[in-house]
Amino acid sequence: MRVLLSWLREFAPDIDGDPVELGETLDALGLAVEEMTVTGIGLDDIVLAKVLDLRPHPDADRIQLVDVDIGDGEALQVACGAFNMAVGDLVPFAPVGTTMPDGLEIGRRKMRGEWSNGMCCSARELGLGDDHEGIMILTDVVGDDTDPGTPVVSVLGIEPDVLWDLEVNANRPDAMSVAGVARDLAAGLGVPFAHPDHPVDETAELVGSLALVEILDPSLCGRFVARVLRDVTVGTSPTWLANRITALGMRPINSVVDISNYVMLELGQPNHTYDLALVPDGHLRVRRAASGEHITTLDGVDRTLSAIDGVIADRDDRAVGIAGVMGGAATEISEATTDVLVEMAWWDPPSISRTVRSLNLPSEASMRFRRGADWGENIERACRRFAQLMAQYGATLTAGIVDERGELPDRTPIRLRPARINGLLGTDLGADEMAGHLRSIGFETAEAGDDLDVTVPTWRWDTSTETDVSEEIARLHGYENIVPTVPKGEMAGGLTTYQQDRRLTRQVLVGAGCDETQPMPFLAPGDLVRAGLADDGVTLTNPIDASESVLRTSLLPGQLKAIAYNQSHRTPAVRLFEIGHVYQPAPAGQLLPDEHEVMAVAIAGEEAPAAVSVLDVLTDALALPNVELRATEIPGMHPTRCAEVFIAGTRRGAVGEVDPDVLAAFDIDGRVAWLELDLERTLDGPSGRRTYRRVSKFPSSDVDLAFVVPDSVPAFNIVKTLNKTGGELLVSLDLFDVYRGAGVPPGSRSLAYRLRFQADDRTLTDTEVGEARQACIDAVEKAHGASLRS
Amino acid sequence: MSRFAPMVDEAIEAIEGAASLADLEELRPTLLGKKSALAGASRSLGAMDPDERKAVGRELNVAREAVEACLARRLDSLRVDDRRQQLEAERMDLTEVRPDLRRGHLHLVTQARDRLEDVFVGMGYTVAEGPEVETAWYNFEALNIPEWHPARGTFDTIFVNLGEPEEVMLRSHTSPVQIRTMEVTEPPIYVVAPGRTFRTDAADATHLPAFSQIEGLVIDRGITMGDLAGTIDEFVKAFFGGEIESRLRPSYFPFTEPSAEFDISLPDGGWLELGGCGMVNPNVLQNCGIDPDVWQGFAFGFGIDRLAVMRYELDDIRELVNNDVRFLRQF
Repeated sequence: MRVLLSWLREFAPDIDGDPVELGETLDALGLAVEEMTVTGIGLDDIVLAKVLDLRPHPDADRIQLVDVDIGDGEALQVACGAFNMAVGDLVPFAPVGTTMPDGLEIGRRKMRGEWSNGMCCSARELGLGDDHEGIMILTDVVGDDTDPGTPVVSVLGIEPDVLWDLEVNANRPDAMSVAGVARDLAAGLGVPFAHPDHPVDETAELVGSLALVEILDPSLCGRFVARVLRDVTVGTSPTWLANRITALGMRPINSVVDISNYVMLELGQPNHTYDLALVPDGHLRVRRAASGEHITTLDGVDRTLSAIDGVIADRDDRAVGIAGVMGGAATEISEATTDVLVEMAWWDPPSISRTVRSLNLPSEASMRFRRGADWGENIERACRRFAQLMAQYGATLTAGIVDERGELPDRTPIRLRPARINGLLGTDLGADEMAGHLRSIGFETAEAGDDLDVTVPTWRWDTSTETDVSEEIARLHGYENIVPTVPKGEMAGGLTTYQQDRRLTRQVLVGAGCDETQPMPFLAPGDLVRAGLADDGVTLTNPIDASESVLRTSLLPGQLKAIAYNQSHRTPAVRLFEIGHVYQPAPAGQLLPDEHEVMAVAIAGEEAPAAVSVLDVLTDALALPNVELRATEIPGMHPTRCAEVFIAGTRRGAVGEVDPDVLAAFDIDGRVAWLELDLERTLDGPSGRRTYRRVSKFPSSDVDLAFVVPDSVPAFNIVKTLNKTGGELLVSLDLFDVYRGAGVPPGSRSLAYRLRFQADDRTLTDTEVGEARQACIDAVEKAHGASLRS
Repeated sequence: MSRFAPMVDEAIEAIEGAASLADLEELRPTLLGKKSALAGASRSLGAMDPDERKAVGRELNVAREAVEACLARRLDSLRVDDRRQQLEAERMDLTEVRPDLRRGHLHLVTQARDRLEDVFVGMGYTVAEGPEVETAWYNFEALNIPEWHPARGTFDTIFVNLGEPEEVMLRSHTSPVQIRTMEVTEPPIYVVAPGRTFRTDAADATHLPAFSQIEGLVIDRGITMGDLAGTIDEFVKAFFGGEIESRLRPSYFPFTEPSAEFDISLPDGGWLELGGCGMVNPNVLQNCGIDPDVWQGFAFGFGIDRLAVMRYELDDIRELVNNDVRFLRQF
């Protein structure tokens, strides 16, 4: 919402002072200033110029040459980049030597070899509006008999002013108007606020004989006021009015539309005008639309309505407007219009919101209705203001108003407990201070013992509870005056075990040389299939881009994209990891996807063992119990170089290499070692216990055993057998050599282990070690078809 | 002058002339061994009379000590040379090493998030988390944002093709975790909830459709807006430094009443808007089965990514999701 200082002062003449400080007061009231502009200054040198001739520039297409008369009757040549002027037009002109509001100095200069002796100006260049599409044409505004050379400030009635662009929150319908902002600012500054009186005469003719309104759905329309003006002429708005609505961001169209907008901006009451001649019997009926009902709106678009939408229908039940959103084309004001029915209504905010959303039709009017317009005497005030402004064009106002009511919000006084408010705000305000703050913005208060009965004004639809009212007190008391304290409760903070373990996981992976990535969880359709995975990702209804429309079920595609990205930027060997959520399709009977946090490590340029090493380090760091690798085929992974990771007997992940075909599909060179763990379930699952084992003071004995083992037997099985057989005495076991080649039969390999035997209460005898050695050999040979390599 | 002086001089000359430890070891028996001149002289003492033997014996001892001392010095000297030679042979240029240890790097957002968690843990908070795909109930309705509410439009929600239209969505803020926490936790509650959030913002230098926020929630007896202001200030000072000020300005969120934006002071005297906060709306407490006549509280929230962007003056927030190691390895 934009407001002008001069306009605010029509409601509170004592608003005065440094514009920056006034802006800070608005900020402190919750009307955040997004932008402040001082307007109407630096325009003293701008004069009216009459366009005498237009001709193409001989050497440029994007500029033309214009001859203008700036009062001396001579033709002055300028080069101009706009093409919206016609010969005879009056335009604002900055002569050579002018300093523009933005500081630009206008000099005489050559443009592509042609002299330019000044500048024709757009509205934006003069700080008079947003329009920068062409030169500001003033012919219609000032009349074509105005002399060239006349200062623009005098013909346009421009005075220095301050324009604030305010961010108005959804709970402040009142601040969607100049008057509402003035009320708040006046209260903040402690100066009086009053609506100026705009008297208007009525004719003897009674409106009741001209208009009839029926509210068929009282839940839709709380109030519908209609008045009728006769003798209406449609013309051009006066410059002061056009300047104001322009400054507030609306484009002047004609006197009727501009006055309608002016009243909305000033008082916050959107309104709609009907050509009375086009409304049979002046009869309007307010109802919900029939599903599938059609209407052609003012913008010429044929729209299909649904049963949630409200419409205004005519006597014959033909929809002539969408309630609170947009009028219909059938009853639109035209040059031929003489009698106008003006509608000033209050619409149910949720209904308007739903319609705006379903038709995707936001407007200045609906923006106000959906926040909750004022259903009180502001409606009558807006009617009078409309009629008074129209009277300047000869319009006359018929007597009386049509005023139909539907369901209006409950304004039973709210019981306000000052003790409770102080307990909420941390303040120590008396009931009288609270009442003073509330009354300054139009709330009514009455004492009720120690409490207050507060009547919320009709311009604050959103305010309906004691807590809502507390915010008003806090605002006017000033948030900066609330004394900071800290909660007195004693709480022990901390991270959960999972959160600590997750941090440890990250630290271990960083220590293992992996860089943490955080790709967005969106994938393109087909990414999962390219990664060898099932194409059953959860999809988005309104993705930002079609290439980001699928939620990932695995971290694999994202990591592969990251590797490909880095490889394409000449970093082929990256070690990456990620901890993030994946979203499996919702299980039957569940609305939300199966979402959980997983971890992945991707090592480009390395083979599967690199990933197994990372798993080993993590197993140790997190004390994962009973980790076991089971070779099998896994989607997306190298069929003969991968294994499922079982932890305490449950599948928790996979380790190995990514399928070469998948790598090719992602344009990745070389191999990628891959580890993924369902981190959430792994860490929430059974955890290994770290137990103390006394470090033995007795000597140990090392025994090296090399077995020839068929390739079909995983080395892990040999380890299991050795550990089981060696028992307590086997304190460490290392695979120190793997050999295939001469001396070992094809289809087998030699696995050489170093076994260290030690007891913690004695020195083992040669016999004991020998027996343990033999037991291990026997067990491995027997269980795995292996043989000791001699 | 000792009668053994020539013998000693000859021995010293031989010792000084030894070029290596091995030469010296070879020399030792010839100078001090049984067949040495000194040993011979020693043997001849027996044939002397006691007085002479005493005098000659003393001279002989002096001579022997002189030879031994010289031998020891030369030994030391040769050992030092020898060691120096060995070490010289091992000389390494430590700048020609190819390191095989490389640390990885935590993502900037993780670093910021961990720091934030640590500050709040230090202030007595625990850390809560929740799903990123949410229902309309948790993302909106329980937070006092009914289906028709104008505020819904401002969230630019990304919806998921599950359930009824607009029933399931990527959470547009971390506030659903407030609801999930209150549903299962008896007050008092002191939690922060960091996590990823989503909006239909096209990615550009200052926006990402997926970004991180942190949410704070306190529910206890007698919590006031003064406590909110003080908590914000305590956090700001702990995180940004003791010289940084904070302030609250009125704002609007459906789930808090009164609501505020909070700003932090900048070195140039200006203010920077950091996040939103307010006193938890009683409707929200009721939606979670908490009696608003007994319990009161506040909530606050702000962006994590933005803190990382501010701290390192990043000129393009998309670096946070590009996963370019040339970026990741800088931090």
